[in-house]
Order: sequence, then C-alpha cells, then structure tokens
Amino acid sequence: MSKKDLVMEVKDFSFTYAGVDKPSLNKINLPIEKNKITAMIGPSGCGKSTLLRAMNRIHDLYTGNRYEGEINLYKEDDSIQNILKLKKENDFIQLRQEVGMIFPKPTPFPMSIFDNVAYGLKLSGLKDKAEIEHRVETALKGASIWNETKDRLKKSALGLSGGQQQRICIARAVALKPRVLLFDEPTSALDPISTGAIEELISELKKELSIVIVTHNMQQASRLSDSTAFMYLGDLIEYDKTDTIFLNPSEKLTEDYITGRFG
Amino acid sequence: MNRLLLNKLILILSTLSAVIGISFLFWILITLSYKGISALSFSIFTHDLVEGGIRNLLVGQFTMAILASLIAVPIGMMAGIYLREYGHGTKLASIIRNLSDVMMSAPSIVIGVFVFALFVAPFGGYNGWAGVIALAIMMIPIIISTTDNMLALVPQELREAGMALGGSKHKIVLQIVVRAAKVGITTGILLSFARIIGETAPLLFTSANNQFFSMDLTEQFPSLTVSIYNLATYPDESSRDLAWSAAFVLTVIVLCINLLGRFVIRNKK
Ligand SMILES: Nc1ncnc2c1ncn2[C@@H]1O[C@H](COP(=O)(O)OP(=O)(O)O)[C@@H](O)[C@H]1O
Ligand SMILES: [Mg+2]
Repeated sequence: MSKKDLVMEVKDFSFTYAGVDKPSLNKINLPIEKNKITAMIGPSGCGKSTLLRAMNRIHDLYTGNRYEGEINLYKEDDSIQNILKLKKENDFIQLRQEVGMIFPKPTPFPMSIFDNVAYGLKLSGLKDKAEIEHRVETALKGASIWNETKDRLKKSALGLSGGQQQRICIARAVALKPRVLLFDEPTSALDPISTGAIEELISELKKELSIVIVTHNMQQASRLSDSTAFMYLGDLIEYDKTDTIFLNPSEKLTEDYITGRFG
Repeated sequence: MNRLLLNKLILILSTLSAVIGISFLFWILITLSYKGISALSFSIFTHDLVEGGIRNLLVGQFTMAILASLIAVPIGMMAGIYLREYGHGTKLASIIRNLSDVMMSAPSIVIGVFVFALFVAPFGGYNGWAGVIALAIMMIPIIISTTDNMLALVPQELREAGMALGGSKHKIVLQIVVRAAKVGITTGILLSFARIIGETAPLLFTSANNQFFSMDLTEQFPSLTVSIYNLATYPDESSRDLAWSAAFVLTVIVLCINLLGRFVIRNKK
C-alpha cells in the first residue's frame, strides 16, 4: 500500500480524556485508504468513537484532553497536514469541511429540510443562491432522499422519520464535498429498513469520498467495508482487509471477538 | 390490613388538603370575578383614573413592563448564553449564577428600596424610569435562569453536529443552539412578563402613581397595581369598586399571558 492510496493516516496516536489518568487510546496506527470504507469494530468502550472523533478534532469542543502522535491528512495537492498541530478556529473549520462526521443519533437542525442541507454551504461562505439550490438538490439526490423530500423542502426537518433525518444529515455533510466522511454508529438508532437504506447509501458514497465507519454490528462491517480495524481496551489489535479479519484473523483476540466469544 | 388502612388515611388526607387548597383559590377567583365584573363597565377603559377609569393605568403599567422587558430580555439572554455556552464550569460563571439566584429570591420590596436609593432619591422624585429599572431588575434573573436551563436541554450532539459542519462556535450557538431552545426561552420570557406586570412593591416608591395620562417617564408614572393598592384603602364605595374591577382586569391579563405561554409550548412541541 503506497502513500498515494491513503487519505489519512493515524500514527502512534494516544489520547487521554480530561480528568482521567489512564489513556483511552494507546499508540494507535491506522491507515485510511482513499475511496475505500474502513470499519472500526470492537466491544463497547474500546475507544472507537474516541479515535474517530480525533480525526476531525471534534474533541476540541471540550478542553483538557491530552494527546500525542500524528494524524496526517494527505491533501489533494500531495502535501501532508498533521491535523493534531492545528490551533486556530479557522483551521478547524477548514479541516471539518474536508473531514465530515455523522453521529449515532440523527442531528437535524431546528430548521427546514432545505436550510439543513444548505447550512454547511452557507457556513463555508457560499452566497450564490442558484449554486446553493443546485448543491442542495445534488446532495439530497446523492443521499437518496430527494424523491421523499422534494415537495416539502420548506418543511421542518424535525418532522421526518429517524431514517430520513439521518439521510438529511448525510446529505448535509455530502453537500460540502468532503474528502473523508466519518460515521459513528450511524444506524444504531434506526430500524432495519432504514439501516439497509443507509448502508446502501454508504456503499454508494465511496465512489466520491473515503469513509471510516464505527460499528458494533459485525455483519455491517463485513457487508460494507474494505478494511477493518479491530480495537480492544484502547489498543488497535489488528488491521487488515475485511475478508482476512473475518475469515482468517491472525490474532486470537480478533477471532474470539468476531466469533462472538466476548463483546 | 394496617397498611391498607394507612393507605386510605393518606389518600383521604391528601384529597382533603387538595380540596381546601383549591377551594381557597376558587373563593378568591369567584369573589374577584363577582365583585370585579359587577363593577366593570366599558367606560373605565376609556377614562383615566382622575375620571374614575383605568385607561392611563393600563397604558402606564404596560409601558413600564414592556420597556423593562426590552432591557431585561437582551441582558438576561446574553448572560444565560454566556453561563451555559461559554463560561460553563468557570469561576466567573458560578459567581454570576449564584448572584442571579440570590437576586431572583430577593423580595421585590427590597428591589424597590434599592432602586429608590439609586434612581429616585438622587433625581429628586418618583419617576417612570425608576419603575422600569426595578421591573427589569426583577426580570433579569428569571430570564437568565430560563435561558440557562433551556440551553442545557439542547442535546450536546447538536452543537457537535454544527461544529462538525465547519461552523464557528458563536455561529452554532446563535444560529442552532439558541434556535433549538427558542420555544422554552420564549415561554420563559412570557411567564416572566406575566410575573412583572402584576408587581406592586417595586413600583410603590419608584414610579409611584399618576392620576393622569402620561408618557413622560421622568415624572410619576401611572400604574394599575399601585392604583389597586391605593384605591382599595379609600373609604368610598366607588373607589373600592374600581379597585375590584382593576384587580379583575389585571387577573385576566396575567391569565391570558400565562395561557399564551402554554399555547406556545404545546404548539411547538
Ligand atoms: N468524555 C469522556 N471523558 C472521560 N472518559 C471518556 C469520555 N468519553 C469516553 N470515555 C472513556 O473512553 C473509553 C472509550 O470510549 P469510546 O471511544 O466512547 O468507546 P466506544 O466508542 O468504542 O464504545 C471508555 O472507557 C470511556 O469510558
Ligand atoms: Mg462509541
């Protein structure tokens, strides 16, 4: 795997929450491949969300966390940016436009469907109305929710079902044309049908961007992802092609977990 | 057996207490309505106190309450937003929060005395502005605490989602978080308005009263509540009738604002 195929790379990354002595992540190394889906699995509390949330610095909403190592973002112009070095609010804003995030529970804003999807665009400084309308429509189509919403764009997004709301959130993130999209258990609050729709959408999205998905559902990881990282108690135990992890893992711990012996 | 008996006893006692409590409330309301309505006539709304009406009093009371709101709402909301979104966990925030709580439980007469010392005595007499300031001082801590509490109800994920889309903190706070808490904050504002519109003590020796129609806040200012207080103590029947009518009108106004508050909640949920 050459660096050219990577969009991000986590190197010797350790993370300790504010007010806690023990690190929640120990020297994690994880490559994120371009236009691929990388899954993170592992029992609850092993640090999946903590790692994911480091990748767009959303941890920095809260003070006092400590971390070391590198998380590199390989930019389009081939330059390398260690995102842990960013300090200014503007740099964070730019990072988050490039590395978007979808949360476990749908997080529609208290505004219309259209305004939800347009919100990030407006934040990014886009003013041209026609362009905004065009990008909103494209994003809604991209999140396969255009048909359900095109007649009610002016209605509040809070009136949609959970699955629809989650797709609005995906559309909202996709509208910014990010290079990486981070999903933290995006279907944990949804019914099986909505879950299926979201999974299909995620597979579709990897044509345009790179995806990291945290899931506690191993079927989901095996259905969706190209590579899988197995984590346990703040350590990254094993990372490999998803088939290898599920069919022929090299670590005993990985095997025990995917065969359901614990977790 | 013993437990069943105890259960019954407690049920009977609590029902009885509820009935006593509610009957007092109804007694007040019925007396008020009876006396208020029987003395009520349309003409009191078209005449000022000096001619036996309450027109100037209503206008005066609302003027002061609205001006107080114009001062208290922005200050209270900004302070509440600071407490919850920016200062959370800092020493300054906890000092402000404690101070605001103390202010909220301060007896309104104390606020009246305070404002008297600062804005009446040095300016040579009762004036409308002093009443406005006293009411605003009463309102600010209520708005601070509602804003603070309503913002606390906004799920943290919403802030994170906003930031994750590339928003700066102040944009997310103002455009998303405050918006998400809008219903609660609006209701809080309405209820605090209902609270101050019926206050007497803070006005008694700040704006005092005025028999005539006046919009001059540098002079004594007409007030419905202070008038009720004065009229009720007069010996003549017609004054006391007017007091009853005024009290009835005030009750209806407060009730309506409260209902409006509830309506806002129900409609937006
Ligand atoms: N805000 C926090 N402060 C302190 N410890 C935390 C915080 N969030 C998570 N943790 C701890 O960090 C560890 C990893 O949590 P998390 O990344 O949420 O796990 P996962 O997503 O794999 O279920 C857990 O032990 C959890 O208790
Ligand atoms: Mg998690």
